[in-house]
Amino acid sequence: MSVQVWTYLLVGITFALYIGIAIWSRAGSTKEFYVAGGGVSPLANGMATAADWMSAASFISMAGIIAFAGYDGSVYLMGWTGGYVLLALLLAPYLRKFGKFTVPDFIGDRYYSNTARMVAVFCALIVSFTYVAGQMRGVGVVFSRFLQVDINTGVIIGMVIVLFYAVLGGMKGITYTQVAQYCVLIFAFMVPAIFISFQMTGNPIPQLGMGSTLNDGSGTFLMDRLNGLSTELGFAEYTDGSKSVIDVFAITLALMVGTAGLPHVIVRFFTVKRVKDARKSAGLALLLIAILYTTAPAVSVFAKMNLINTVSNKEYSLMPLWFKNWEETGLLGFEDKNKDGIIQYVADKDKNELTVDNDIMVLANPEIADLPAWVIALVAAGGLAAALSTAAGLLLVISSSVSHDLIKKVFKPNISEKGELWAARGAATVAVIIAGYFGIHPPGFVAAVVALAFGLAAASFFPAIVLGIFYKKMNKEGAIGGMVVGISLMLFYMAKFKLGWLGEIPDKSEWWFGISPEGFGTVAMIINFIVALVINRFTPAPPENVQEIVENIRIPSGAAEAVDH
Amino acid sequence: MSEKQKKATAYWKENVRYLFILLSIWFAVSFGAGILFKDALNTIKIGGFKLGFWFAQQGSIYVFVVLIFVYVRLMNKLDKKYGYNE
Repeated sequence: MSVQVWTYLLVGITFALYIGIAIWSRAGSTKEFYVAGGGVSPLANGMATAADWMSAASFISMAGIIAFAGYDGSVYLMGWTGGYVLLALLLAPYLRKFGKFTVPDFIGDRYYSNTARMVAVFCALIVSFTYVAGQMRGVGVVFSRFLQVDINTGVIIGMVIVLFYAVLGGMKGITYTQVAQYCVLIFAFMVPAIFISFQMTGNPIPQLGMGSTLNDGSGTFLMDRLNGLSTELGFAEYTDGSKSVIDVFAITLALMVGTAGLPHVIVRFFTVKRVKDARKSAGLALLLIAILYTTAPAVSVFAKMNLINTVSNKEYSLMPLWFKNWEETGLLGFEDKNKDGIIQYVADKDKNELTVDNDIMVLANPEIADLPAWVIALVAAGGLAAALSTAAGLLLVISSSVSHDLIKKVFKPNISEKGELWAARGAATVAVIIAGYFGIHPPGFVAAVVALAFGLAAASFFPAIVLGIFYKKMNKEGAIGGMVVGISLMLFYMAKFKLGWLGEIPDKSEWWFGISPEGFGTVAMIINFIVALVINRFTPAPPENVQEIVENIRIPSGAAEAVDH
Repeated sequence: MSEKQKKATAYWKENVRYLFILLSIWFAVSFGAGILFKDALNTIKIGGFKLGFWFAQQGSIYVFVVLIFVYVRLMNKLDKKYGYNE
């Protein structure tokens, strides 16, 4: 069977599975819609969190980014996993004990203020929308490459599927489809990695293969060879980076804290039964995520090695079929600058003739390594699972922010249960359409902003939530002030140094403290903390009953099911 | 302070102590070994891995997973000790 047939078959089967699960687990109440009824087992929640968390970026782009960035790519590996330690230790158990539906719910109640709630809703919407647009685009890219449909048609197919199970099933439908999607995506990521690791090093475990000797009888370590080849071509050594230490430090911290502050991840911990289940499922989620995250850097090493071996100083006319295929998508480009018919892939920009998009390293890896057709098709199904699961989780946050935090809590408190459920479904539908629109007409800044969603989450939510739990005397004035200053500062820095909305983008040398926009969330977060604590000193302490709530959430027993007021 | 409150305060203190210890390890393996002391550690090689690079791309992640499960165990014990388990 050809790759094309395999792809239709595998994508068709997985989509049928997702829709089947959605029909079986449709939501009947707001509680089922927002938190899946609150009785999800720790393992199911761990799997759902892992799929929710690992997006098109993790599955498709990350290994490629690392392959070209070498050591500098570590910021993503540590940043996107280390955040779970913060989440498990500092947030998840207490938020579960608090027992409400959304993150703005916690902020609004803990800081006894609808202003705080509105600020939190605003932050949640900005973070989620920037993130979801990237996912819909990812769906389109996978469709267009593997199924030869137009990118826009791909986005629309993706929209219909997500619409179906997110709107019908709410959190309950999403949770159980995410469990299935985790299985699909991890299988799809591991199979090619194991094949290639075995091919190159003779060791089937990629995490070990990466540190083993090459299979070609030379006895050279794989990474030593890669370091050698990189320097020969004029690049930095693979195991060394080119970013400054302070920038690597700041980006890693911003990604960690941002991960812990992302509303679509936090809300998953409202769906389990007890506080101890929340702790346990955070551990399981990270374990399941770590399987992919420790394999990805190995894939990067294998893919980079394969790429250099296949193309560097080889004749263009002798390139294998995959080279031509990917050239057509525009993700791979060859420009014969010195007209010798040979591909020069070097660091020197004037002499380099090859341009490679990061995404190819995962998508084309099985083809480059000459793996069987079904493995190539599997990667398409995996990429779609990763993008759809994350998109669904984000859409739920958007819809619950609107129907629960805005309509029910602020504008129309006496809305009926049924009315709220329909409002939630309506909001989810509108959100899917907006996300799809951005997927089809990506504003130039979407790609740039997705990476910054973490900075925004770090600069806004994290300090307010941590102080709300660990500092009993934290009051609303301080928390609101901190959030507003934090997110404004982050938006300003992005606009100035990344998007160029305030005149020309200044040179790197003008970065504050030498920290890039990706890492600036760390600075904005620290300023958020400082502003919050200073304002707190000069304004009245929170009322007694709020301080009692804080004492209560610190104790794990007696966690009621997530309820409305 | 009532008996109940005393118990709650003692429980919280022990919890915070655990957090402090575990987060120090979290910081040491990632920001320490993987970033600040990477170059020094890279002079040591284990198999094909330079040690600093290994911490940044592999080791720190393994430690993160272990840290959460250690925390789960410690807290489950602590809950039992103070009668908060259910």
